[in-house]
Amino acid sequence: MATNNGRNSSIKKNRNLTKILVYVIIVVISFVFLVPFFWMIFTSLKSFQEIYQNPPTIFPHKLYFENYTSAVTKMPFLRYFLNTLVIAVLCVVGTVLSSSMVAYSMSKVKWKGSKYLFPIIVGTMMIPTQVTMIPLYILFTKMKLVGTMVPLILPTFFGGAYYIFLLRQFFKTIPDSLIESATIDGAKDMTIFAKIILPLCKPAITSVAIFTFLANWSDFLGPLLYLNKQEQYTLSLGLQAFMQTHFVEWGPLMAASAIFTVPIIILFFFAQSYFIEGITVTGIKG
Amino acid sequence: MQKPNAVIIEKKHYSKLDRSRARTGFLFALPWIIGFLIFSLYPICISLYYSMTDFNIFQAPKWVGLNNYTALFVDEKFYKSLWNTFYMVLIATPVSLIAALLLAVLLNQKIKGLPIFRTIFYLPSIVPTVASSLLWLWILNPQSGLINMGLKALGLPQPNWLMDPNSTKPALIIMGVWGVGSMMIIFLASLQDVPRSHYEAAQIDGANAIHQFFSITVPAISPVIFFQLIMSVINYFQYFTQAYLMINGSSGGSGLNNVQSGGAENSLLFYSLYLFHNAFGYLKMGKASAMAWILFIIVVAVTAIIFKTQDRWVTYGDE
Repeated sequence: MATNNGRNSSIKKNRNLTKILVYVIIVVISFVFLVPFFWMIFTSLKSFQEIYQNPPTIFPHKLYFENYTSAVTKMPFLRYFLNTLVIAVLCVVGTVLSSSMVAYSMSKVKWKGSKYLFPIIVGTMMIPTQVTMIPLYILFTKMKLVGTMVPLILPTFFGGAYYIFLLRQFFKTIPDSLIESATIDGAKDMTIFAKIILPLCKPAITSVAIFTFLANWSDFLGPLLYLNKQEQYTLSLGLQAFMQTHFVEWGPLMAASAIFTVPIIILFFFAQSYFIEGITVTGIKG
Repeated sequence: MQKPNAVIIEKKHYSKLDRSRARTGFLFALPWIIGFLIFSLYPICISLYYSMTDFNIFQAPKWVGLNNYTALFVDEKFYKSLWNTFYMVLIATPVSLIAALLLAVLLNQKIKGLPIFRTIFYLPSIVPTVASSLLWLWILNPQSGLINMGLKALGLPQPNWLMDPNSTKPALIIMGVWGVGSMMIIFLASLQDVPRSHYEAAQIDGANAIHQFFSITVPAISPVIFFQLIMSVINYFQYFTQAYLMINGSSGGSGLNNVQSGGAENSLLFYSLYLFHNAFGYLKMGKASAMAWILFIIVVAVTAIIFKTQDRWVTYGDE
């Protein structure tokens, strides 16, 4: 009895020790993951002299907000911001409309075609961007659309494989009986789609909207290929151009990076569950 | 006599319903079908044609047969870019998968404050690539960067990071690990789905934590690891933006230097980057298309090989 108790308490002790160790490791790694963010903010608040001072400082001595004003004034920041926003929002509209329609066809319309089409849709995820990039560039050149936002936005209106896949997984969870009873009541497919499926899948659609927004907000290769006048630049492209002309000015560069990142972080805190949910569904239930 | 009749009627009824369903299904799938034809199938086919031509966009493509391919096979930079890319696929993929898995296992230990830590690990992965690349350019700065400041304070050797061909790719891998958050979330969610009872049985058998990890955890989430492995390999084959920006930023910025640069001793000349240089720097669309097709074949082959290994290590719960 006594020895048994002793063993139990030693196991307990052991378990507590492990738990403490786990916490220590997690806190240390969290710190390491956060340091780059702090470094971005600290640098953005240091004067040019302080950044290159020897010995270097960690915290800014005197908060130097001029980096932010110079980041916003030395480049047409508002312009870039609006361009990025317009492209990202239109891509969201295109992707949500088209991908949800296709996902509906792949999950809730019982037709033979879906059996053949769906594997192809998933398969297209394997096609490297580089293969389609050149012919599409040539195509858009012939259509005189290079130098406009059209090549960045138009393709999203034809559905994205990844998002179709994500939405299909959600749509499949809706019971067929709901659709059948609506059909008996005389509802047409468009009504079923718009009045039953979409409202029931709001969380999934929000996830898709967020991921599309994120992807297009941050996209670099697309704008690099198709936007060639400065007044059309997105933030990604503008920031890159700014880096090339203000190479050593890490203060304004970090300030601009911070302003570029903040909207995404705000979006995350407002829609956290959609981020997590969306990622999880594609990753696991696939 | 009655029975066959009924069957016929039923069949007719079904086929009518089938046809209307097929029409609906087709109409709803139409956006993707059109998009597939214009934005995937047509480009893939025409790209094969371009790859056998001499083509600079301004003049009509000129047929050269397999010349672009044979020229590539004696092109040193082509091999260099292929090697650099395989380096990332072979090293950065396992490193980031393992890092993501370990973080997920840590967070799965029934800890308090899970949402906070999860957020901290996840946030870096949503920072726009241009912003994160700029940030890491600065952190990796050999003289005033944070990492070398720390190494100096500890009295350790300070690599030249993006200036030294031996440390350029490790630098990008470190940056990649910082961004494993979304993969970590997927692993974490799948770990939470592993039934507790599996572990309890193993504990009774006296299996230790490491043994449990390899005999229960890994098999249980192997389909998720498998899917992430494939996606990650495909992505690393197309590695572009970070390299493009890091090279631009570390080679002195302004347009004075060679735009078609591959970083220190071409150590960052990844396949997609070299392809981009050929297409949009030198306007050799034919050669670039040949490169694209070679990449396509490599990606399909490697994915197929990974699929082949599936039987050996991926277990699907229901079977």
